Amino acid sequence: MALLEVTGLQVEFDTPEGAVKAVNGMNFEVNEGETLAIVGESGAGKSQLVMAIMGLLAENGSASGKALFRGKDLMKMKPKELNTVRGRHIAMIFQDPMTSLNPFLSIEKQMTEVAMHHQGLPRDEARAHAVEMLRAVRIPDPEERILQYPHEYSGGMRQRVMIAMGLLCEPELLIADEPSTALDVTIQAQITELVSELRQETRMAIILITHDLAAVAEISDRIIVMYAGEVVEAGSVDDIFYRPQHPYTRGLLASVPRLDRVSDDELQAIPGNPPNLLELPSGCRFRDRCVEAIEQCSEKPPLWVSADGRVSRCVMEMEGGAIEPASEEAGGAE
Amino acid sequence: MNSGVELKDQGLEIKDPFAAALAAEDIRGRSLWVDAWHRLLKNRAAVVSGFIMALMVMMVIFGPMLLPWEGDFTDWDNTSTPPSAQTGHWFGTDAVGRDIMVRTLEGGRISLLVGLVATLVSLVIGVSYGAVAGYYGGMTDRVMMRIVDIIYALPFMFFVILLMVVFGRHIVLIFVAIGAVNWLDMARIVRGQTLSLKNTEFVEAARACGVDHQSIIRRHIIPNLLGVVMVYVTLTIPQVILVESFLSFLGLGVQEPMSSWGALVNDGAQDMESSPWTLIFPAMFLTITLYCFNYIGDGMRDALDPKDRT
Amino acid sequence: MIQEGILRHAATRLLGLIPTLLLLITIAFFMIRVAPGGPFDSEKVLPPEIRANLDAKYHLDEPLLQQYFRYLGQIMSGDFGPSFQYKDWTVNELIARGFPVSATVGGLAMLLAFVLGTLIGITAALKQNTATDYSVMGVAMLGISIPNFVIAPLLILGTAVYAGWLPAGGWDWSWQRMVLPVITLALPVIAYIARLTRGSMIEVLHSNYIRTARAKGLPERMVIRRHAFKPAILPVISYMGPATAALITGSVVIERIYSIPGLGSYFVQGALNRDYTLVMGVVIFYGIVIIVLNFIVDLIYAWLNPRIRYDEAS
Repeated sequence: MALLEVTGLQVEFDTPEGAVKAVNGMNFEVNEGETLAIVGESGAGKSQLVMAIMGLLAENGSASGKALFRGKDLMKMKPKELNTVRGRHIAMIFQDPMTSLNPFLSIEKQMTEVAMHHQGLPRDEARAHAVEMLRAVRIPDPEERILQYPHEYSGGMRQRVMIAMGLLCEPELLIADEPSTALDVTIQAQITELVSELRQETRMAIILITHDLAAVAEISDRIIVMYAGEVVEAGSVDDIFYRPQHPYTRGLLASVPRLDRVSDDELQAIPGNPPNLLELPSGCRFRDRCVEAIEQCSEKPPLWVSADGRVSRCVMEMEGGAIEPASEEAGGAE
Repeated sequence: MNSGVELKDQGLEIKDPFAAALAAEDIRGRSLWVDAWHRLLKNRAAVVSGFIMALMVMMVIFGPMLLPWEGDFTDWDNTSTPPSAQTGHWFGTDAVGRDIMVRTLEGGRISLLVGLVATLVSLVIGVSYGAVAGYYGGMTDRVMMRIVDIIYALPFMFFVILLMVVFGRHIVLIFVAIGAVNWLDMARIVRGQTLSLKNTEFVEAARACGVDHQSIIRRHIIPNLLGVVMVYVTLTIPQVILVESFLSFLGLGVQEPMSSWGALVNDGAQDMESSPWTLIFPAMFLTITLYCFNYIGDGMRDALDPKDRT
Repeated sequence: MIQEGILRHAATRLLGLIPTLLLLITIAFFMIRVAPGGPFDSEKVLPPEIRANLDAKYHLDEPLLQQYFRYLGQIMSGDFGPSFQYKDWTVNELIARGFPVSATVGGLAMLLAFVLGTLIGITAALKQNTATDYSVMGVAMLGISIPNFVIAPLLILGTAVYAGWLPAGGWDWSWQRMVLPVITLALPVIAYIARLTRGSMIEVLHSNYIRTARAKGLPERMVIRRHAFKPAILPVISYMGPATAALITGSVVIERIYSIPGLGSYFVQGALNRDYTLVMGVVIFYGIVIIVLNFIVDLIYAWLNPRIRYDEAS
């Protein structure tokens, strides 16, 4: 059984301009100890997807579908039950470390409360544990620094604190929503490296959300590429990088500098912008920007699925894949 | 952000940065106002308040002309009579037989007039002070805002009272006194807005084209301040009316034979046990007015600053 | 380290108070002195020698600037001089008599306003956009819009005149006589604090760190109490300064309506009688009270806010 099994997940936002479907039928699994990267441009719905799983959607958002964590549906849980999972079995770190820590509470308070609440540790034990974790994420002088407030930390340090806080209860799943996007490039590399180390040291599964396809190459097992609220392609890292099926994935790859492939081609950006979710094109959602678009693209593209878990949503046939009608129903219902 | 899109939509090709700045500002301005207006119309409380206030203003202006009584006419046959259609005194009369309805409406003229004029006084002082401080920035700004901070900490209400005591209770003095102590908030808001506007692209474009200070302030800063100033004016009017009625209630405001809602409430409070209508009607008019102005101001703020709506 | 930060913060703020105080005294002094008609003009024409004696007694015969510095020195030593109207009283004595009464009513009103206002505001924020929220905020708007001097007579009519539950006015330090004045004085402040708290609580609840707290699996009560409460009431703390001023102003009206022998009553009497020394004394005294309370509020704010607490230390 997969650790997390998501089926037919939809997220909708109620806006003054009308209902916006940010996530339109997602199906995927995360196995124990596995790192899954979800890649896509901003606005592709990847953040809202995990927010929905964690029950953290804004008030005007609503989610449907299933998200089975160890067989229990997170979407059906009452707040009280959900709180026994969040922070304890699933931890989450966010995009903006500058604002994700409470500026009015010391790092100690914010860290110890997790262990004290979920594991019932007494304060001093929780504190010792927190210091330990800070050391694990390479915060210098953790005994001193734990007494400080967030504004005394740099952005990269704050993200380390967030990670340490997430790891306190040794969760089975860590969701990292663009953990390094808001940071300086050098710090980004450090954070990515930290995540990669933790991945090896712990047996924790990770969902890593990012818009940077290149950054996830080394640290993930599988990759899901999202576009306009849908999966367009999924597969192992090797599949995605060396045998990309979907034109969008190829476009993403072409826009990223790569060391493993010497080429005279210039880097190419995908033309245009992601579609407005209120005015989606008919048929394939990527059609307007696709350099390989043909006439049939104005009809709904089929979802190709192979036995080894590869997925592609394109009119073009995927090698070794078959059109899957079931998930097509769940995923593509308009 | 919007402006760029709209420019493209209209197929305008603008190369000259100054012209572009002007056009962008124009379009931005228009759609901003239209958007805000639509949002305001959706705010039921504000719309209803607007209607009530329009009605109130009409009543206060034309009501006394239509009523058969003069404000200072004493009907000795009907002293302290309760509201009744038979005597023709719909709101009743006070202890010397004056018609409460006509007095309430005439008092409303004074209260609304004070509200409007004193707000204008504070508007003129506040906007010029704040715009200058914000636009020139630097040392000028620091000194000017420090002065505002200092004055801010003063118990201004007591200065108004002191002014009234020292210089007598003339209505013009009331305008000036209330206006002169109420400009601080306006100055602060306008300064903040100016400061942030100053660095926007269209102002920089204008400056790069050699437009002088005065025209920049007049053509670019002031029109963009309009929104926030309008909101603030709407919220200042009830404050000023309140201050005036407060003074009048204490016997330090307008003098007989002139009257205002505050003075009438004061009169009414003396006789409230025997003839509560002398208290209730002016109090009701005053409260409704303040209530409506506050709702309109709130609605306008929400309409112009949609981030607060969540 | 904490103490040092706060101390430094306090010191800078304290220095900033001096110009404010000076300005307060100066404006009050010159406003009175340029007033048309001296304090003895209202009484019948005095023989010149008596007039000269009186002027000498109150130092009105000295040059204006000398009077100013004399008055400044006087104030510094805490002496507001004699009252022109209450012949046997000094202004200090009148303040000493009136202020405890006013401070009691004002303090109780502030306490009531803070507790009720934040409670109502938080409740409304947690039930945002429900019927509860709308009705509570509608009532709060009414509370802001109805002036004190309208509420007070209506309350007296309702609870004292018609129902007879409470005395309509007067003062004897009993709670029965405090109820109506305190409620009247507190109502607009309750309403304002409720609106303020609701707004800031909603903003805080949308912040990223509250999302983090929820993601940590903390129960909602703990999220509110531990993570959201402090930042949400910070704006209320800053409002306490202006609220004090509002309460003091309101107390002038309240004391008049409920016949309470507080400082406000003396002030209004002094104003109507042109008792310049008394009026000036009360204005300056209230000015000092407001400035001092603002200063305390400022310190509380700094103490609650770790950014100020530490940054000024380093």
